[in-house]
Amino acid sequence: MTKEENTIVCRCSDVTLKELRDLIKEGYTDYNEIKRITRIGMGPCQGKTCTQIVLRELSNATGKPVSEIRNQNNRPPVVGVKLKLIAEEADKDE
Amino acid sequence: MNKKASVVIIGAGISGCSAAYSLAKKGVKDVVVVDKSYVSSGATGRCGAGVRMQWGTEMNCKLAKKSIEFYENANEILGYDRDVEFKQGGYLLVASTDKEMEQFEKNVKLQNSLDIPSKIVTLDEAKDIVPHLNTEGLTGGAFCPKDGFLNPFKTTDAYYKAAKKLGVEFLTHTEVLEIKTKDNKIEKVITDKGEIYTDKVVNAAGGHSKNICDMVGVDLPVYSERHQILVTEPIEPMQDPMVMSFSLNFYCQQTPEGTFIMGRGDDTEPRDLRVTSSWKFMDEMAKTITNVLPPLGELRVIRQWAGLYNITPDKQPIYGKVKEVDGFYLAVGFSGHGFMFGPLTGVVISEMILEEEPTIDVSMLGIERFKKGNLILEPSVV
Repeated sequence: MTKEENTIVCRCSDVTLKELRDLIKEGYTDYNEIKRITRIGMGPCQGKTCTQIVLRELSNATGKPVSEIRNQNNRPPVVGVKLKLIAEEADKDE
Repeated sequence: MNKKASVVIIGAGISGCSAAYSLAKKGVKDVVVVDKSYVSSGATGRCGAGVRMQWGTEMNCKLAKKSIEFYENANEILGYDRDVEFKQGGYLLVASTDKEMEQFEKNVKLQNSLDIPSKIVTLDEAKDIVPHLNTEGLTGGAFCPKDGFLNPFKTTDAYYKAAKKLGVEFLTHTEVLEIKTKDNKIEKVITDKGEIYTDKVVNAAGGHSKNICDMVGVDLPVYSERHQILVTEPIEPMQDPMVMSFSLNFYCQQTPEGTFIMGRGDDTEPRDLRVTSSWKFMDEMAKTITNVLPPLGELRVIRQWAGLYNITPDKQPIYGKVKEVDGFYLAVGFSGHGFMFGPLTGVVISEMILEEEPTIDVSMLGIERFKKGNLILEPSVV
């Protein structure tokens, strides 16, 4: 296996650097397109690990600075919360 | 960028990509798809991923059945190098009132008459299908094993790649600003990247369909409304079908990745184009799901998101021409189920444009129906 195939970019969904680079080569140069096909950024870490790596790869491939590449939207919750805890708290509010 | 196109499709969601594929497959050259963002950036990429034949109107049943039959073979038909991940685990619909069961019985009768293999189930049978279902307060259910869910991103990607291979051009990150008409005919589409001369436009703009209609002076009787979904951490497979209830207002499936996806509607949502997240949704969703599917309470929510339903007065889509402008076609108003009808949307739109014999006669889904009245309301929407 090559180094690219051995390097995990997204630990939540087991996406390798090779998969990421192949997609970019295929023409998927929007972070959100890559997210939708590979699930990068959709796991429990919410992209905290993979986002910077993906943005850097996109920047290298497109020549655009990272600051000009659109990231994914941040969505709640910031960390995982059990559904039953949310339900219990919601009941107290009533 | 100034160019010519035989057809300009506005919207690169499932409807637009499917229409582009169908047209190109039939030999139409110079089809251009325009989207202000990227492929499946709108409602398609935010949907609940479910596809079901269990509908309450004949039109919806027929469109859904044909579409699901396509999805069963989508990888092969579209020659897709990835996988659309179709899992046909069925839909278990549960009722909480006797009146709702009466509706289920009516629906199942209609569905069976159209060769849809749905059936009424008792609470015991429902529990056999989904052992962790809390049947307290429920009155019964309906089940169709042919229903299921598939990956909306990859499904749209499959259409996109197949269409591209057939010569369709996709202009993503390109926003339609204006549509120019002359003598009631389409002349050109003006985008922020240049002009496209064409005499045919398909409005497949999902939540933004009304804005596109406004550009040609067509009064579209639809509104858009945010619907929200949340997803949990992944666990081992434990639930095959989508579980859904209209009266309890939820749907919930376990995806092939092991995560649970669940959503609900909210009548009090403002009618606009926002796709932000709300705490009210999270609260209400958590309360409902811990009651109906109690073990899921142990799962952590990892993300919530939102997308737009584009809703018509009868909750059925609008297909076809408009009388105000020649060459303007509608594939809008899916009322939350555009993804399920995606394959047939492409087929019927391409047949209309090419004036072919229709696979399914959808003439009753034209925009004129709202002026005439006599609407047949779809009763089965979350």
